[in-house]
Amino acid sequence: MKKTLILFLIMTGAAQAANLINGAGATFPFPLYSKWFSEYQKIDANVQINYQSIGSGGGIRQFMEKTVDFGASDSPMSDEQLAKASVPIDHIPTVLGAVVLTYNVPGVEKGLKLSGDVIADIFLGKIAKWDDARIAKLNPGTKLTGDVLVVHRSDGSGTSGIFTDYLSKVSADWKSKVGTGTAVNWPVGLGGKGNEGVSGLVKQTPGSLGYVELIYAKNNNMAYATLKNKAGKFAEASTGSVTAAAAGALKNMPADFRVSITDAEGKDAYPISGFTYLLVWTRMPKEKGADIVKFLKWAVQDGQKFAEPLSYAPLPKALVTKVSAKINGIALE
Amino acid sequence: MGLAVLLLAIAFFLYRAAAPALHKLGWSFVYSSVWDPVQDIFGALPVVYGTVVSSFIAIIIATPLSIGVALFLTEIAPRRVGRVVGFLIEMLAAIPSVVYGLWGIFVLAPWLRTTVEPGLKTALGFLPFFQGPAYGVGMMAAGIILAIMITPTISSISREIFSAIPQPQREAALGLGATRWEMMRLAVLRSSKRGIAGAVILGLGRALGETMAVTMVIGNRHEISASFFAPSTTMASIIANEYSEATSDIHIAALVEVGLLLFAVTFIINSLARLFVSRSGNR
Repeated sequence: MKKTLILFLIMTGAAQAANLINGAGATFPFPLYSKWFSEYQKIDANVQINYQSIGSGGGIRQFMEKTVDFGASDSPMSDEQLAKASVPIDHIPTVLGAVVLTYNVPGVEKGLKLSGDVIADIFLGKIAKWDDARIAKLNPGTKLTGDVLVVHRSDGSGTSGIFTDYLSKVSADWKSKVGTGTAVNWPVGLGGKGNEGVSGLVKQTPGSLGYVELIYAKNNNMAYATLKNKAGKFAEASTGSVTAAAAGALKNMPADFRVSITDAEGKDAYPISGFTYLLVWTRMPKEKGADIVKFLKWAVQDGQKFAEPLSYAPLPKALVTKVSAKINGIALE
Repeated sequence: MGLAVLLLAIAFFLYRAAAPALHKLGWSFVYSSVWDPVQDIFGALPVVYGTVVSSFIAIIIATPLSIGVALFLTEIAPRRVGRVVGFLIEMLAAIPSVVYGLWGIFVLAPWLRTTVEPGLKTALGFLPFFQGPAYGVGMMAAGIILAIMITPTISSISREIFSAIPQPQREAALGLGATRWEMMRLAVLRSSKRGIAGAVILGLGRALGETMAVTMVIGNRHEISASFFAPSTTMASIIANEYSEATSDIHIAALVEVGLLLFAVTFIINSLARLFVSRSGNR
């Protein structure tokens, strides 16, 4: 009895000694983040990071209410949201994700080619048949038939955010009629809940076209379309072509990193991709702040090597330097 | 008493959280049917319609099925068979709803698309309910999934009610020369009308609020369509779908208002059903 009591005291003592950091937000980078947190504990055993993957919107809310020490979001916060913050907020890009178009067209196992304007018109309902002349022009020699069934995410998600951002850039019609958002008023199609809901519907329904995260498509061996990028070249989604898109956007990178990199420049760039961010206050209390800053630096530098094995695209090297400088600018008081 | 206070507290909390949407959107929230989070336009009519109709389909299917099952188990089946089958049916209530949803996507929806819906279209295609393209997922899939989910509730309560009927009542009916079916109708069903209605109301309550399984098979489309093949959406599923990623204040408030509306719809349907039961019971 005495022994257990002592053991218990030691254990609770140990738990108190560790510095606990709480975060909440995006679900998309969660597999990588949990890998990071466990790897980081090997480096600094005193720091323990808890992360709840409750979705970007919830992450932003909890971060703003200061129930967590850092937030995580797949899309940058809006100017309106930033204006409400008591202390300025830093966006720290951590890795990149991409959205791919997955399809189920009888007779086309793989290698379907699409371009931005065609995707936008399909999701607007203007192109409703697979044998449409514009699709045929992109896929010479392939016989496509039947009706197109559009499948989109029914739940609000960063994936939809990136996808609709891309469609708004390549189609003026989409921009004025639907717009960009984590949840939008879809003109046509069926809604599936989560990546698994969309892929389930696509697999089950011949003639369907939907979108999912690259990682999800890769892990489940799904066929996805090759897309025509801004340079007019067809780019297949891969961690390499996504990093290339980020590198293409580097020239015009704003100081706060709040940038959309869809439809990026560069002949190797995959057009539908985006950063995922950690959100931190630019002024933090000394002790906890120092731990957070140390972790952030590790994540954008050494931590990047864990990205690719998990199918996330690492940050381009030139960007890592810029982000590290930003992290150094966080004030500890 | 305490329960009433709790209900009022919930309603008040919902009302307060929904206030921004209530003020900005007014009554148009209830009768308009555009749901556009990008432009902050919110109309809840399609979700109310989807909730009510999918639950209604579920009740239409589940009520006769459940009463049949309960009658079979108490009146016809040998006691041992009744116990085993009853246990199996109650097991259906223990399956998590996400499992029903997955089964709906991978088994029910393809079967509806390839077999049931084309069949219904040829047989009953002149009715507006059975027209349009068959996707598999949609109002009908949701109704069927809900029916399966509420059958254990209705049937096990009905079974309890039937077994509470005194044996001499049955013997009297048989003694007067009734056949077995007549005995069930006169001695069992007639005297348990109110109890059955209560069981159905309980099942309806579950159907109205069910979220996960419905979201996975209903197609999530903000549209009112007469066809049961068409995709639709429900109040519970839109909250589950959009709440975690909603960032604008008015969007969050609109979702809470949907919750308030669900509260109201459930309350109204339950009250109507109770009223109906007490009326028919007095006769």
